[in-house]
Amino acid sequence: MQTKRDVTATGESLVDIRDLEVHFELRGGMLKRLLGMDTGTVKAVDGVNISLKRGEVLGLVGESGSGKTTLGRAMLGLARSTKGSITYHERGGEGQTRERVVSQLKGADLRSLRTDLQMVFQDPNAALNPSMTIEAAVGHPLKIHGIAKGEDLRPRVAAALERVGLAPAEQFMSKYPADLSGGQKQRAVIARAIILDPEVLVADEPVSMLDMSVRAKILQLMVDLKKDLGLTYVYITHDLASAKFFCDRIAIMYLGRVVEIGPTEEIFADPKHPYTKALLKAIPEPDPNKMVPRDLPRGEIPDAAKPPLGCSFHPRCPEAVAECGWESRDLRVLLEEHWTRQETTSYEEEQALVGSLDRLDDPQKTVTLGSGADSARVRGLLDRIRQENPSEPLWSGVDEISETGDGVEVRFHQGFDPELRPSGGVEVACVLHPKPVTVEPFRPE
Amino acid sequence: MLNRLLAPFRNTTGLARWILVTGIVITIAFVVMAVFAPWLAPLDFNQQKVDGVKLPKLAAPSDDYWFGTSDQFYDVFSRVIWGARTALVVVTLSVLFSVLIGVPLGLISGFVGGWTDRMLVFVMDALYAFPTLLLAIVFSFLLRDALGGGVTAAALSLTVIYIPQYFRVVRNTTVSARESTYVEAARAIGAKNSSIMGRYLFGNVIQSVPVIGTLNAADAIGTLAALGFLGFGIQPNEASEWGYDLNRALDDASSGIWWTALFPGLAIVFLITGLTLVGEGLNETVNPSLRKRRIRKVEMPPNEPTTALVEGRTR
Ligand SMILES: Nc1ncnc2c1ncn2[C@@H]1O[C@H](COP(=O)(O)OP(=O)(O)O)[C@@H](O)[C@H]1O
Ligand code: SF4
Ligand SMILES: [Mg+2]
Repeated sequence: MQTKRDVTATGESLVDIRDLEVHFELRGGMLKRLLGMDTGTVKAVDGVNISLKRGEVLGLVGESGSGKTTLGRAMLGLARSTKGSITYHERGGEGQTRERVVSQLKGADLRSLRTDLQMVFQDPNAALNPSMTIEAAVGHPLKIHGIAKGEDLRPRVAAALERVGLAPAEQFMSKYPADLSGGQKQRAVIARAIILDPEVLVADEPVSMLDMSVRAKILQLMVDLKKDLGLTYVYITHDLASAKFFCDRIAIMYLGRVVEIGPTEEIFADPKHPYTKALLKAIPEPDPNKMVPRDLPRGEIPDAAKPPLGCSFHPRCPEAVAECGWESRDLRVLLEEHWTRQETTSYEEEQALVGSLDRLDDPQKTVTLGSGADSARVRGLLDRIRQENPSEPLWSGVDEISETGDGVEVRFHQGFDPELRPSGGVEVACVLHPKPVTVEPFRPE
Repeated sequence: MLNRLLAPFRNTTGLARWILVTGIVITIAFVVMAVFAPWLAPLDFNQQKVDGVKLPKLAAPSDDYWFGTSDQFYDVFSRVIWGARTALVVVTLSVLFSVLIGVPLGLISGFVGGWTDRMLVFVMDALYAFPTLLLAIVFSFLLRDALGGGVTAAALSLTVIYIPQYFRVVRNTTVSARESTYVEAARAIGAKNSSIMGRYLFGNVIQSVPVIGTLNAADAIGTLAALGFLGFGIQPNEASEWGYDLNRALDDASSGIWWTALFPGLAIVFLITGLTLVGEGLNETVNPSLRKRRIRKVEMPPNEPTTALVEGRTR
């Protein structure tokens, strides 16, 4: 173990993730599948491009459900990719590298990859086999890969345990996970991960389940291990504050996509994507006098099985513009929000006017509300709602409202699904970036 | 290790522990009878003569024959003792076989999933739905040709009945344990499927097996006796069996002879009770949802008037 590697980020790619998709088939009931009905897919990771540099700490940050864990699991081949590739540049002798396409490895090849890529799990209480001693658990990787067995096992396990601060090791070897505290368990999990002397450690929210008092210690341990063992980290978290402390580079994820990626300082100094800005605002302020509202943007994180059209952040985006992908479901939310502010009588009246909202549930760019007879009144209602809050970004996305024979037709602008594009020192997926270079027309006073 | 084994025992209180201890005492009494039968029983199980002299027929209990003698010139006391050996051997074998078959099948079925799982679940459910005694009769009938009417045949016919129970429990536990983080972690360190099943799942999915095992053992005693009673069980020349003795005693009972039926009957009842108590006691202690840990009385430190307030605050 403990072979020290060059730890400064070299710019040399260690893992390349290209157009990676991990989609999960939703399992409907048996009957549904027999009838061949669409059971839907969850796009947990939906087109991600990242290259992990040797020696860096890359942060994957996003709310829960944004696909961070799935991306981390895919890097180890624990989650099957449905499209795209993950390539690990294994270091051979004499500065040579060997390319191993993780997403195509199977069986013994895939298992042998685990000597180089390892993972630390979110919940230390669940990551250790409850009926295995710490010694057996931490030593098992060596046994599996035939690196050590029998007599040789014990000193190496002891060394790994002491390396992660479980000292004296003798005291912990014969214990079962249930006898250890949360922090000690996470140390044991880390010991198990580093005992194979891996190159890459994927740490999935390694401190989020721990007490505040031990979080800093575990993070410090990870910093030390990186220095001593020359590790490259993928640090998954929903907490930007710890990412700021720990990461060289940060990738902000939303609904299976990377929406902004760049150096940590850059992201903190000049966040570009509206979602990044919102996450930054949500970091608790250490000074209680400067308490700012720290709500995440309005609304819930959408269902990953039915992501919004266009930019998937648009329903929650405070800066959204016409091209962001407005559609029928947004109109439904708007109407429902309007009705929560109404008296019961006017709500019932208005709802009868508009009719059932269920037909708005299928994403559409053109919808018809009400019936032919009431179209003028429906239109009046829409106008009134618009008057209430003219700055509501949805209206910018409405191309045209017209009365047809069947009711009021609302047509939305063509939307764009923005790709990651360089903007300043980072890459952002937002139609507002990079800022178009506009030449101010000369206007005489 | 011993500490861990005894932990559930120490965690129980009152009734649960009492049940467990009573059950263990009764069961051990029968085990002693079975093991030391050649020394404890005055005569052999099928011995009709002592020194060439035939035993009296249907003699009442006396100093010579404590539990009396039967219509076949057998000593009832010896038959009861030897019967314990038969019962325990058959039941141990059948529980052992059904664990050896049911547990691995359940583990593999739950872990592999898919069609293998569905087929096995179907077969096992079908077996489980069958009335147990009927199933045992059918199998002892089928096995009689191959194995004769001995202990092995009886054990195997009982085995078939109990396999589905181990299968179901182990399979269902495996299905949920398969998704747990520690299994994912085992994959992450590169463990093979066989290693995941053997080292990670096995130890965690067999925890209710001892409970089912003892409860099944109790049930098997009853089924074995029923088989013997109906004439499908162990033949009298193979071993002494309480159910068979009960059957023989039917006629005696109508003519006021009680000892031939009472003693084998009591033996059956006691052994079933003992094993059931062990099973229920274990269930209370092993099954965490039923277990109520003993709450230790909180010991307050002695109250010293001058510092009490300060201490109370800092604590
Ligand atoms: N094995 C799975 N089967 C089906 N859906 C899954 C599976 N794993 C994750 N998902 C779904 O994929 C999405 C992303 O999940 P996850 O990667 O755990 O996000 P995060 O770690 O950012 O919270 C979620 O909607 C989740 O429900
Ligand atoms: S593209 Fe940019 S502005 Fe539009 S919704 Fe998405 S994040 Fe907001
Ligand atoms: Mg996660």
